[in-house]
Amino acid sequence: MPLPTGYIVAIAQTALALLLAPGLVGLIRWLKARLQNRRGAPVWQPYLELRKLFAKEVVVSSNASWLFRAAPFVVFASTVAVAFLVPVLAVPLPFDSVGDLLVVVYLLLLGTFFLALAGLDPGSAFGGMGSSREMTVAALSEPTVALAIFALALGAGSTNLGQIVARTMADPAAAVSPGYLLAFGALFVVTLAENGRLPVDNPATHLELTMIHEAMILEYSGRYLALIEWAAWLKVLLFFSLLGNLFVPWGVATVLTWAALGWALATLLAKLVVLALTLAVFETRVAKLRLFRVPELLAVSFVLAVLAITVSFLVR
Amino acid sequence: MTDLTLFTLMIGGYVGGALAACLFSRGALARWLAGVGAITGGAAALALGGGKLFDWSSASFTWIEVMGETSIAGPLQGARVVLIVYPLSALFLAIVGAIAIPAALYSIGYARDWEGRRSLRTPGVMLNLFLLSMSLVPLAESIFWFVLFWEGMAISSYLLVMTEADEPETVSAGNWYLGMTQFGLGFILAAFFLLLPPDGSGDFTALAKHAATLSPGLKSLVFVLALVGFGAKAGLVPLHVWLPSAHPAAPSHVSALMSSVMIKLGVYGVLLFGLRLLGGGPAWWGGLVLALGAVSALLGVLYALMEHDLKRLLAYHSIENIGIIFIGVGAGMMFLSYGLPALAVLGFVGGLYHTINHACFKGLLFLGAGSVLHATHTRNMEEMGGLIKRMPRTALFFLVGAAAISALPPLNGFVSEWVVFQALLGGATIPKREVAVLMPVAVAMLALASGLAAACFVKAFGITFLGIARSHEAEQAHEVPASMQVAMAALALACVVLGAAAYAMVPALARAVAGLAGLPPASALSAPGAVGQISPLSILLGLVVLLAAIPMALWLFRASRALRVSDTWGCGRIAQTPRMQYTAAAFAEPLRRIFAALYRPTEDVSIDFHPESRYFVQSIAYRAHIVPWFERYLYDPVIDRVIAWAARVRAIQSGSLHAYLTYLVAALVIMLGLLMLWGS
Repeated sequence: MPLPTGYIVAIAQTALALLLAPGLVGLIRWLKARLQNRRGAPVWQPYLELRKLFAKEVVVSSNASWLFRAAPFVVFASTVAVAFLVPVLAVPLPFDSVGDLLVVVYLLLLGTFFLALAGLDPGSAFGGMGSSREMTVAALSEPTVALAIFALALGAGSTNLGQIVARTMADPAAAVSPGYLLAFGALFVVTLAENGRLPVDNPATHLELTMIHEAMILEYSGRYLALIEWAAWLKVLLFFSLLGNLFVPWGVATVLTWAALGWALATLLAKLVVLALTLAVFETRVAKLRLFRVPELLAVSFVLAVLAITVSFLVR
Repeated sequence: MTDLTLFTLMIGGYVGGALAACLFSRGALARWLAGVGAITGGAAALALGGGKLFDWSSASFTWIEVMGETSIAGPLQGARVVLIVYPLSALFLAIVGAIAIPAALYSIGYARDWEGRRSLRTPGVMLNLFLLSMSLVPLAESIFWFVLFWEGMAISSYLLVMTEADEPETVSAGNWYLGMTQFGLGFILAAFFLLLPPDGSGDFTALAKHAATLSPGLKSLVFVLALVGFGAKAGLVPLHVWLPSAHPAAPSHVSALMSSVMIKLGVYGVLLFGLRLLGGGPAWWGGLVLALGAVSALLGVLYALMEHDLKRLLAYHSIENIGIIFIGVGAGMMFLSYGLPALAVLGFVGGLYHTINHACFKGLLFLGAGSVLHATHTRNMEEMGGLIKRMPRTALFFLVGAAAISALPPLNGFVSEWVVFQALLGGATIPKREVAVLMPVAVAMLALASGLAAACFVKAFGITFLGIARSHEAEQAHEVPASMQVAMAALALACVVLGAAAYAMVPALARAVAGLAGLPPASALSAPGAVGQISPLSILLGLVVLLAAIPMALWLFRASRALRVSDTWGCGRIAQTPRMQYTAAAFAEPLRRIFAALYRPTEDVSIDFHPESRYFVQSIAYRAHIVPWFERYLYDPVIDRVIAWAARVRAIQSGSLHAYLTYLVAALVIMLGLLMLWGS
């Protein structure tokens, strides 16, 4: 593979992910609205929100320090950095050896860490409440993520994303092995928790008793809020890409030709729509859990991950 | 400079610093002389150890003798002065030196607070002696000298802990520390004496030779004794109880040295016995070390979460990080026994890398906590807040340390935890049922510990430095003197560099264990058997580029640049007071409830209502406690038993000289009788 092409594709796929992310979230919102017999805002509504927020002035609390102003940039940068590592369109890209799946997880934790600090900075009770809950959920989903990575690495012999995708492509039977399916279930629950979706957190509410993510970013406005929201949407898209491309890798380009990349884009869109529909149906069917019931949900996903590893050991 | 010059400079620096502190007991000169002596010694130690570690020319396993063998006449006959720098000891010597420099520099500013209140003599002398003995422990090459330096380290650090002995808490902390360290010494001595060859030579080479002839059962006994002895120094659960009280009681630069360096010599001790003296053992040795490490990592962070005393919180995190180090070391020992040297090296590298990294960021965090203590005169986080505005530099350095200890990329803590993770993942290739169970459990515990550590440091940094000041002292806080800032800046820089320079660190660390206990020599060592690839330097550069690109993109796309400063939104309430902020206790409350089975929390709330109406609350007092399992159910019964025995023994203490002489004669007769029975 000639190197420059690889880098161009890597940058192009990151740009694509950034452009698609608001649309994906708009689609999820629209699907949810239709499922709930509402008309719903158009799919492109998030793009309009971004344009509005980027044009508005920022209001910063007088108690806030430089950290409050730096956090949106750190959150955005770390999420975009993840976009370079996740196989959205093609494998293996030149950045594959820069970071593996563990780096992806911990880069996202870097963003969460700064956002949680920024929640404490203005000195309001809401921000602290959001930070405390967000870090609790993040910490408790960590073991599940690690074990799901373990299960995938057991199969592929590597934690690098390109390797994992290549391995499943070479051995299609692995994709339907019980180990993979259980790991998929575990990661799906983590996707809900990490992205503040129902039943862990409700992205559509500002009711103080139930808020997690929204409470933490309550003090943000203008371009800072736009960066945080965009990063959060990008995170949804990246988790979907991981779920779609690690477990069902067909369609991901292994050669950098126009035809392969076009096919990769088409399959990616199809996977995103399927996952968006799954999430919308799921979110319509379940109610928000009490905060102290969330650990039980995460424990279920942890058990799934443990089973995934046990099965991987047995099948090997 | 030759090794001998560096060695002489190291001893000279420490001894000179101690002598200077003896001569001057007050004033800036005393502070500077003691500090400069310690810095000189530390720099020489770093140059000597680091030089040997990175010396590419001596890539094979070589022994570099710094001092030849010298016989001492008189009562110590037979004991030989042998100090040797070999790769593993070079590594620990370098760590001592690397942390000694910033800690000593910091002490120059920190000791200014004591002027006029207490003599600077004891802290100055003891700091230098503490550093001297810590530098010599890894170099000691025979039982006598090892134990001498080990005890020198224990006693000098005890005296440093007691610097502020006018507080009853400190005295109790000192007693715990002295008790546990002497308890550990007993086990270490027992382990040494079981290894003693018939000719009585205490040389480590002779011990290793003799150990090869011992039965497997006896070797295992020696290893377990050593693990208990050194585990007590390292702070492994359940021998950790002294650590959260002794480390906070000491002056902050001493806390930093104890947490960053001293407890790491416990790791050195375990490696010395496990690899060098005993030459590796059955798989369960490694499994035991790994299991204790995993339990320590998780319990350490869980107790840290409930702690609102900044320095105690950091001390509990030392237990967590020692756990992570032992996970790596234990995995390495396990793989070694299964005949997987490449993977074993990966485990040891992970453990040793984390040893260095923890030394840097925990040193940094303790110095940062010391600066906060210096500025606010309290360790209670609930009385802090908003310090980022009054102490901006300290806050920035503390933030770097907090991010590093939370294993956030691209800092050093992440890189070494990644290596440990890789070792555990690699271990999955071993077709053994016990490994198949142990590895996933260890991975999950390590992941949970690192996630909780991130939550804990959001609390530690957020409550301490962000928001509004919660007390008058926090409002009046001021930035610390330049010497203290420089010390913290150096360690913060080290956290960044050690992460980015992984490509240089990993081979150097692999050399530190190469050739020990059947591990391949460094020349034959291929790339360690990791199952993944990362490039921390690229991650660092990538993040920097992205951070610079975002504001540029915002400017390019003409995003609004308007900014207005206004009040925090208070649901319509106008005045915002610090009382409305989240507290450290509130921050940790969800986790306290989730892990209630461990904590068994009890709370008492007493509310004073307004006499006219119960709708108006005048004051609320809230107290929460958690069950200290180890203290209450393990140590208290033992201590009670010991005290009861001591009371019984008191009966023979008559105070009469005649009675004591009778005891002496009786003891002599019994000894002679025993000798007659067995001696012939």
